[in-house]
Amino acid sequence: AQLTVRDALNSAMDEEMERDETVFILGEEVAQYDGAYKVSRGLWKKWGDKRVIDTPITEIGFAGIAVGAAMAGLRPICEFMTFNFAMQAIDHIINSGAKTFYMSAGNVAVPIVFRGPNGAASGVAAQHSQCFGAWYSHCPGLKVVSPYSAEDCRGLMKQAIRDPDPVVFLENELLYGIAFDVSDEVKSKDFVIPLGKAKIERTGDRITLVSHSKSVGTCLDAAKELAAQGVECEVINLRSLRPLDEETIIRSVMKTNHLVTVEGGWPQSGIGAEICARIIESMSSSSSF
Amino acid sequence: VSSSANFQLKPFKLHKLEDSPDTEVTLQRDDALKYYRQMVTIRRMEAAANALYKDKSVRGFCHLYSGQEAVAVGLENSIRKTDAVITAYRAHGWSWIRGVSLTGVLSELTGRRSGCARGKGGSMHMYNENFFGGNGIVGAQVPLGAGIALAQKYKGTDAVTLALYGDGAANQGQVFEAYNMSKLWSLPVIFVCENNGYGMGTSAERAAASTEYYSRGDYIPGLWVDGMDVLATREGTRFLVDLCRKGKGPFVMEVATYRYHGHSMSDPGTSYRTREEIQEVRQTRDPITSFKDKIITTDLVTIEELKTIDNEIKKAVDDAVTIARSDPEIGLEELYGDVYANPLEETIRGITPFTEHKHIKVNKPHNIQL
Repeated sequence: AQLTVRDALNSAMDEEMERDETVFILGEEVAQYDGAYKVSRGLWKKWGDKRVIDTPITEIGFAGIAVGAAMAGLRPICEFMTFNFAMQAIDHIINSGAKTFYMSAGNVAVPIVFRGPNGAASGVAAQHSQCFGAWYSHCPGLKVVSPYSAEDCRGLMKQAIRDPDPVVFLENELLYGIAFDVSDEVKSKDFVIPLGKAKIERTGDRITLVSHSKSVGTCLDAAKELAAQGVECEVINLRSLRPLDEETIIRSVMKTNHLVTVEGGWPQSGIGAEICARIIESMSSSSSF
Repeated sequence: VSSSANFQLKPFKLHKLEDSPDTEVTLQRDDALKYYRQMVTIRRMEAAANALYKDKSVRGFCHLYSGQEAVAVGLENSIRKTDAVITAYRAHGWSWIRGVSLTGVLSELTGRRSGCARGKGGSMHMYNENFFGGNGIVGAQVPLGAGIALAQKYKGTDAVTLALYGDGAANQGQVFEAYNMSKLWSLPVIFVCENNGYGMGTSAERAAASTEYYSRGDYIPGLWVDGMDVLATREGTRFLVDLCRKGKGPFVMEVATYRYHGHSMSDPGTSYRTREEIQEVRQTRDPITSFKDKIITTDLVTIEELKTIDNEIKKAVDDAVTIARSDPEIGLEELYGDVYANPLEETIRGITPFTEHKHIKVNKPHNIQL
């Protein structure tokens, strides 16, 4: 069966709202408008004003309200129309969301999902074209997810909502309408994908391609093209940026001895830069370990 | 001694409120003793914090509450333990009155194991059940407080939240965003502006185009309260809390108060205001002295009783100071603890690639089931 990324996210949220009464959605245009990108389509009609809340265009305010609700025991899904606008609210994501559990010595947890489209879209200029993967994955206390496929989106979203820590869930606008083949297992209400684990999308022995989000598709296309020339690539879909599944990357690199990182973010201090640093620090680059 | 006495309060100022809280209030003898004990405890605890800071037992921040005691005491005595409070970085008094022990506060300041956040929060980050801190980011606690109120309403309780902020934070954009959404959604929150006259070294008049903070919620009804009078803060809060419980929130409450010390310990607090100004407040409007006069002259309590309380508090604070000085700090292992409620990795990277630290769990969160 086929499932679009949009429907994968929508069904994941719907099912988790059914499973846990403390789960609710808030954000700009999530209710009556059905979501700026229609990710929350139908949920307001189904769950009503209490559980799907339209906010004014005031990111820092509603992100703070969402974090406060999480501190008081609810499980908010805070939608940013795009992550570009979450920069207005980054203080609450990091200082209120990520740090409170540590600063309270484990007394106050913040179970919240911040979600929305991330990364470059088409022809929207610099303010709307950037990947926040590196920004958020820098911060202890956050878990950061960057899914690629419909399967990723369904399983990771359900797990992110159930997780007791703040999760930044970076979707990709250009993928919302893309349909992926999914198994019956993926469609099950019990289907979840553990956070922090990468997926080997394709095995190979000549070179490792590591990527996340939409760029995984680029890597798979490249692998297909290279396979025609007899070069088998191993393609790793990171799925999570924090924690980063270092083990899967290193094991692959030790097999292929070559690595290319592919991402939609800026190169300096990027996810690729981090992966290179980890490789250099790891046993894959030294015989002395 | 008499069992109760009546007092006349300064008039409240109203913004879009139809009724005023009573300006004639009755005080029971037991309450008189309780409020006195609570205010003196905060004053003495802060004096101890001041001394600990000055002998370098406290590192980092330290913002003292001396002068503002009637705010925490009056407000706390008008709410229930099931109601919530969130405040800014001047959090010692509130932490104590919301149930953190004297040792929990003072050892947190000195960064010791018996601190309420095991020394990992410090002056600005103390928490307890239904007390959500201490927040070090000016104004951030205001939308957080609205969110706590949203959760109270969502769960169908009649609990309310007090979201406190200073006159400095009152100019933050996110405060107005929180006002707006709270009003749209009728949240049971009281935004309490503790106006102590100065945001750091900038006087209210130099920072705010309107210093009538109780009216700055515009469409939100507001109340101005004399924050140096514990009976006024109690009465004003009780009035608004009752309305809030009936679904009539939100409200803004300005509590006019004064801080005796500088903004923080690094500020002598005398370059932007005069020593005479501070002396004048201490002599004429001190919340403890004026309350003490009131309850003695009306024969609610005796001087001897208050002296006994003073001595008991002195001993309790001294004992807490001893622990705050002598208790060990947490070990290195705990510095890598409680980063996540559900850690997905067993270890956390240290400062070199060759040091990995075990992520340990020390506490169980009190706000969710794991």
